[in-house]
Amino acid sequence: MIQHQLRLKDHFLEYRLFTNRVIILLVMCTLILVALFSRLFYLQVIAHDHFTTLSEDNRVKLQAIAPNRGLIYDRNGILLADNLPSFRLEITAEQVDDMQATLTELAKIIDIRDTDRVRFEKLLRNKPRFEAVPLRFHLSDEEVGRFSVNRYRFPGVDIQAGLTRHYPLGKLAVHALGYVGRIDENAIKYLDPSNYNGTTHVGKIGIEKSYEDVLHGKVGVQQVETTAQGRVLRVLQRTPPVAGRNLYLTLDSRLQDAAEKAFGDHTGTAIAMNPKNGDILALVSMPTYDPNPFVNGIEQADYKALKSDENQPLFNRALRGQYPPGSTVKPFMGLAGLEQGVTTAKSSTYCPGFFMLSGSSHKYRDWKHTGHGTVNLVTAITQSCDVYFYDLALSMGINRIHDYLEHFGFGQPSNIDIQGELPGLLPSPEWKHARRHQPWFPGETLITGIGQGFFLATPLQLAEATATLANRGLRIRPSIVRAEQEAGSNALLPHSMQIEETITVNNPANWDTVIGAMIDVVNSPRGTARHIGIDSPYKIAGKTGTAQVFGLKQEEKYNEKNIDEKLRDHALFIAFAPAENPKIAVAVVVEHGGHGSSVAAPIARRIMDSYLLGEQ
Amino acid sequence: MMNAVVSTSRGDASQLGWQHRLHIDAPLLIALVGVSTIGLVVLYSAGGRDMDLIGRQLLRLGIAFTAMFAVAQVTPRWLQRMTPWIFAIGILLLLAVLIEGEISGGAQRWLDLYIVRFQPSEMMKLAVPMMVAWYLADSPLPPNRFQLLASSVITIVPTLMIVKQPDLGTALLIASAGFFVLFLAGLQWRLLAVLFVLTAAAAPLLWHFMHDYQRQRVITFLNPEIDPLGAGYHTIQAEIAIGSGGLFGKGWLNGTQSQLDFLPERSTDFIFAVLSEEFGFIGIAVLFICYTIIVIRGTLIAVQAQDTYTRLLAGSLAMTFFVYVTVNTGMVSGLLPVVGVPLPMISYGGTSIVTLMTGFGILMSIQTHRKLLPT
Repeated sequence: MIQHQLRLKDHFLEYRLFTNRVIILLVMCTLILVALFSRLFYLQVIAHDHFTTLSEDNRVKLQAIAPNRGLIYDRNGILLADNLPSFRLEITAEQVDDMQATLTELAKIIDIRDTDRVRFEKLLRNKPRFEAVPLRFHLSDEEVGRFSVNRYRFPGVDIQAGLTRHYPLGKLAVHALGYVGRIDENAIKYLDPSNYNGTTHVGKIGIEKSYEDVLHGKVGVQQVETTAQGRVLRVLQRTPPVAGRNLYLTLDSRLQDAAEKAFGDHTGTAIAMNPKNGDILALVSMPTYDPNPFVNGIEQADYKALKSDENQPLFNRALRGQYPPGSTVKPFMGLAGLEQGVTTAKSSTYCPGFFMLSGSSHKYRDWKHTGHGTVNLVTAITQSCDVYFYDLALSMGINRIHDYLEHFGFGQPSNIDIQGELPGLLPSPEWKHARRHQPWFPGETLITGIGQGFFLATPLQLAEATATLANRGLRIRPSIVRAEQEAGSNALLPHSMQIEETITVNNPANWDTVIGAMIDVVNSPRGTARHIGIDSPYKIAGKTGTAQVFGLKQEEKYNEKNIDEKLRDHALFIAFAPAENPKIAVAVVVEHGGHGSSVAAPIARRIMDSYLLGEQ
Repeated sequence: MMNAVVSTSRGDASQLGWQHRLHIDAPLLIALVGVSTIGLVVLYSAGGRDMDLIGRQLLRLGIAFTAMFAVAQVTPRWLQRMTPWIFAIGILLLLAVLIEGEISGGAQRWLDLYIVRFQPSEMMKLAVPMMVAWYLADSPLPPNRFQLLASSVITIVPTLMIVKQPDLGTALLIASAGFFVLFLAGLQWRLLAVLFVLTAAAAPLLWHFMHDYQRQRVITFLNPEIDPLGAGYHTIQAEIAIGSGGLFGKGWLNGTQSQLDFLPERSTDFIFAVLSEEFGFIGIAVLFICYTIIVIRGTLIAVQAQDTYTRLLAGSLAMTFFVYVTVNTGMVSGLLPVVGVPLPMISYGGTSIVTLMTGFGILMSIQTHRKLLPT
């Protein structure tokens, strides 16, 4: 190697060295370019489809469009369930820097309760990216205004307009209508997730639940182009939702209102039915409650108050209240006796005020301790003589009682088109053996004959049986929805009448005997409900009943002398009118109302007046 | 190579007289105007059709081209004389920035000169290769061990100062500018190997110097899927933009990744992804043709240069420009970690565009101040 100090600049050598290095660098540059373009070729040509998919996934999002829920009208077209525009506050978490600070600031201008926060945080945990989560529903106009002014301070927070369910008549007919509520974990299990994508509310109870499929409609979908922040720029493609069908109920809200008012402060239940077609005209369970707070989540305290109310407003007595039918069962027993030849219209029995089984000293008492004297079937029904029916029941035997009353729908669900009804209980030895593992005792036959003992019926069953009697054997399934209507169409799609059974009789005159006896109950001087018949412009056929209260607390049971209201008997009344051409059949139960004639019959009268005379 | 020199010299004498008088190199100028035009078109799309943005970029380009023309009038001889002073001032300014940064307690790149904000690190992009070339020009080449050491110090001191600022991208470009001078000076392969080993050994030191976010970038580069919505988001979205552009692109203003905000920093460091998405592989090719013309022309100017200083400086400037382009495009296409290097002449903003054009002014000066040899 040459000594550095002595080296002179050799320009030619340096130039050659330089050009060599330039060539080396250019070769390296070329290699780098080849690498770079290979990469670009891979991205843009070979993997192009893959990246196109990713790019489309970025850009295009599918949004479900919830269908508008069908409206519910009464039989006369009065709106019972409506969809009102409402504003909700939504937050897109990705666009919020400090969620806690935002919530704190929002709370200063908008009322945000703890329940809102809890629900919001729950929804926030499992939501798709860039999806807005509702914080508050049902903003008031002032809140919308206040937020709009302050909107610039809250990036990622927005007001969304939507429709929310509203029940304009409030408490009226709530036990028939039911209500919708927010979809919760329970509802998610039985809903079709694709059809409910975008839907926030679902029918929870009543018609809203039973007709959920019809009311909900079919979800729509739109492809939207969004920015990275999730802001929708334009709709690329749209399949509109199909709105749910409107429902027209058989219910007459005017009659319903009159019926609810007729109860006053009493707790109880009433069903009014058109015997000719099974239409439920009124379905009353008192007290009622306002379903509107349930739609967007009722306050815990309010719910507790409803739940702990001793009158149990949430309890649907009309469908789920199972009461001993008491003496209201006597016309059916009478018909059974006549039909089976156990008794005749003429044959009479002496009532001393009690009845004793042979070989037993136990006295089965009549409600009238002095006794009714000599009674036949008609007077026994008219005066509600128990002894006559003890005797009749004993002669028929429990199996024949069971089998005959079954034709009237006792002991089985009526299959009304509202979910949740209970079947009542029409006892039989088989039932007792299977459920209680005990033999049937003859004494139990006696009290079954007057609608006590194990015998339980719902008001709906009583009404159905009464309508069947009024129809002289034609048992029609009770129904609450009269017709459906496609959204945007005026045409009604009527529900057809379902005949459950046609009871054939050996002697049609037997109907006249029993119905005549029921007319006497209201119209003869000794009838138990004569006071409602005195001034009636139409002829009523009815039957009073009194049901001993079951299911009381143990310590109260033995304290019969000291009768407070909760221990009083339930008052029952069944009726139809006009007797010669029945247009309405009614069953009324007033809890702890005492005798059927005193409180239940007047309520039934007011219901029938309202329907037949158009009185409020 | 010799033939090229002779033939071009002959051409200079006969046809390209006006270029000599105005000190302009026409091929370079045309390619630069071409790239700037492509840049404005892409920027209009990337910036969301903001004409104010385009106006400001045009102003910046105007200043840059003016700087280029001005520097082209200066003789290389004068530039060579001034080199140590320029370098010394640059070092002082860098110190000032660092001290001010220490006081204000934050990252500091700017020096507020009240009228303009000035980035001393930009100045060093030119001052470092000038200084190394100045240092090596008078001694015989290739450089010996001592010269290698001295040149390395000239390069590394400002580089580390800029890493500390922190500006990894600029530091990288400055280091490579110094390195290219040494390499073009004919540094022996043996010494080159030593330099390589030393650099590799210094890597952990560099890691130590890095800020957390810079380290994060390197980690993210190695595996962008670790944090697809955080640090890896840039890279992933850029790849989607490039890949979905395909051969012909989605069309100007039609890039969904760009127009719908999926692509971050799309008018600055990631503007290459916008170009790739909207103009596709073909668009990239056109841009790279322009870039290649600039690099080739710069290299040719270096090869034709008549003394060591201008030759080394011109070669380094051309090569650094190539590094500039490939670091940015490599980073956007996922071949390199995300370092903050803009795409030359295309990315919006920064003083880098002025520095770049000043560099091309130096190249034009070198080309047009040659004494033409009689043939």
